[in-house]
Amino acid sequence: MSIRQAMLALLEQGPMYGYQLRSEFEQRTGETWPLNIGQVYTTLARLERDGLVEVVTDAESGDSGDGDRAHVSYRATPAGLEEVAAWFATPVPRTQPPRDELAIKLAIAVTLPGVDVAAIIQRQRSATISAMQDYTRLKRTGRAANPDAPADLAWSLVLDSLVFDAEAEVRWLDHCEARLRRAASEKARVRPSVDAPAPSSQEVVR
Amino acid sequence: MNAVLNLQSVSRVHGEGVTEVHALRSVSFRAHPGELVAVMGPSGSGKSTLLTLAGGLDEPTSGSVWVEGTDLASLDLAGRARMRRTSIGYVFQAYNLIPALTAAENVSLPLDLVGQRARAARALAMHALEEVGIADLADRFPDEMSGGQQQRIAIARAVVGERRLILADEPTGALDTDTGEDVLRLIRARCDAGAAGVLVTHEARHAAWADRVVFLRDGVIVDEHGADEPDTLLETSGSTR
Repeated sequence: MSIRQAMLALLEQGPMYGYQLRSEFEQRTGETWPLNIGQVYTTLARLERDGLVEVVTDAESGDSGDGDRAHVSYRATPAGLEEVAAWFATPVPRTQPPRDELAIKLAIAVTLPGVDVAAIIQRQRSATISAMQDYTRLKRTGRAANPDAPADLAWSLVLDSLVFDAEAEVRWLDHCEARLRRAASEKARVRPSVDAPAPSSQEVVR
Repeated sequence: MNAVLNLQSVSRVHGEGVTEVHALRSVSFRAHPGELVAVMGPSGSGKSTLLTLAGGLDEPTSGSVWVEGTDLASLDLAGRARMRRTSIGYVFQAYNLIPALTAAENVSLPLDLVGQRARAARALAMHALEEVGIADLADRFPDEMSGGQQQRIAIARAVVGERRLILADEPTGALDTDTGEDVLRLIRARCDAGAAGVLVTHEARHAAWADRVVFLRDGVIVDEHGADEPDTLLETSGSTR
């Protein structure tokens, strides 16, 4: 899972404790994928178990500390750094696409009589564009608008990724709509209804 | 707030009889100060017709088009041309710059045409070029510039002299995504400063810069969403003819 590698990669910058790691992650991703602190420490514990991170004492990390366990910091081990390098060197696999509710919904809808697929498409397109408007507003108003720090640039790129994903969905919906309209008109041409009026000549071109 | 652009039950029919084509059917549409409205729809849905009518470049078969409270039908040709040069700014996919004129001359052209004095026109042109971030290219010719820079000049020309209605037809055209986004940012900034904008696009990513998105199909508004003024709920009626 990418959270594990992302946390490990952030530790390349130097030792950090859990809250710091979460904050560094969210600086870059704008809480798009919020991390709860329990998840952070569970992941760190697993990384430690696998020999990819190790605990740093306060004295070692340069923290003044106030006695027993003020902060428990972690740093990546050489094996951990190797895993990070391998993560960056390997493309994210696309062989198993995540389950796509919209594709499934339309795939079912087009086969059922009495379902208004065009209305499903239009409602979805409207909702998706509305989400894109929200992302775009964040892009042009928040810290992503004038990214000074590298983390702000990272956040603006994450927003771009959300926008491009949504755009792909809208394009696919446009495509579905056009295909369905063409299929319907071809069906009407091949099998004209006996009592239907003659087709009108109002084909709108522009 | 009064709409800068107000289309009232506008229809546009080309040809007649069997060749009759309904490009727009009783479309009502408004754009208010400070508002950017995107118009989306497949090819042939009537997007560009809507923009052409809004800009007074064509006349509706029925219905009326109002710009800043003036019914365009009440103006003669000269009056409409003046309205286009003083109140309406266009940004097209092709930048439509005049190759023999410098950037500043291209931008000041609409002002020159309405008799603005040369020095004042130049000052306004420089102001507009500054606004789009290329004042340093004022004395260059279009063919000495990149596509993105040329489109910035076209935007400067569209907004020069504080024009209140910006009409943009696929303004990002063939620009790469990053440069295209700069173009949208500039149009958006102009609307945030008080102009009304209409952006015709088939790309959802561009429409997302707008406050309101209107969907056209077969000349009819089939859907619209986004923040709207309380008195401007659009009618989405079918055909009039």
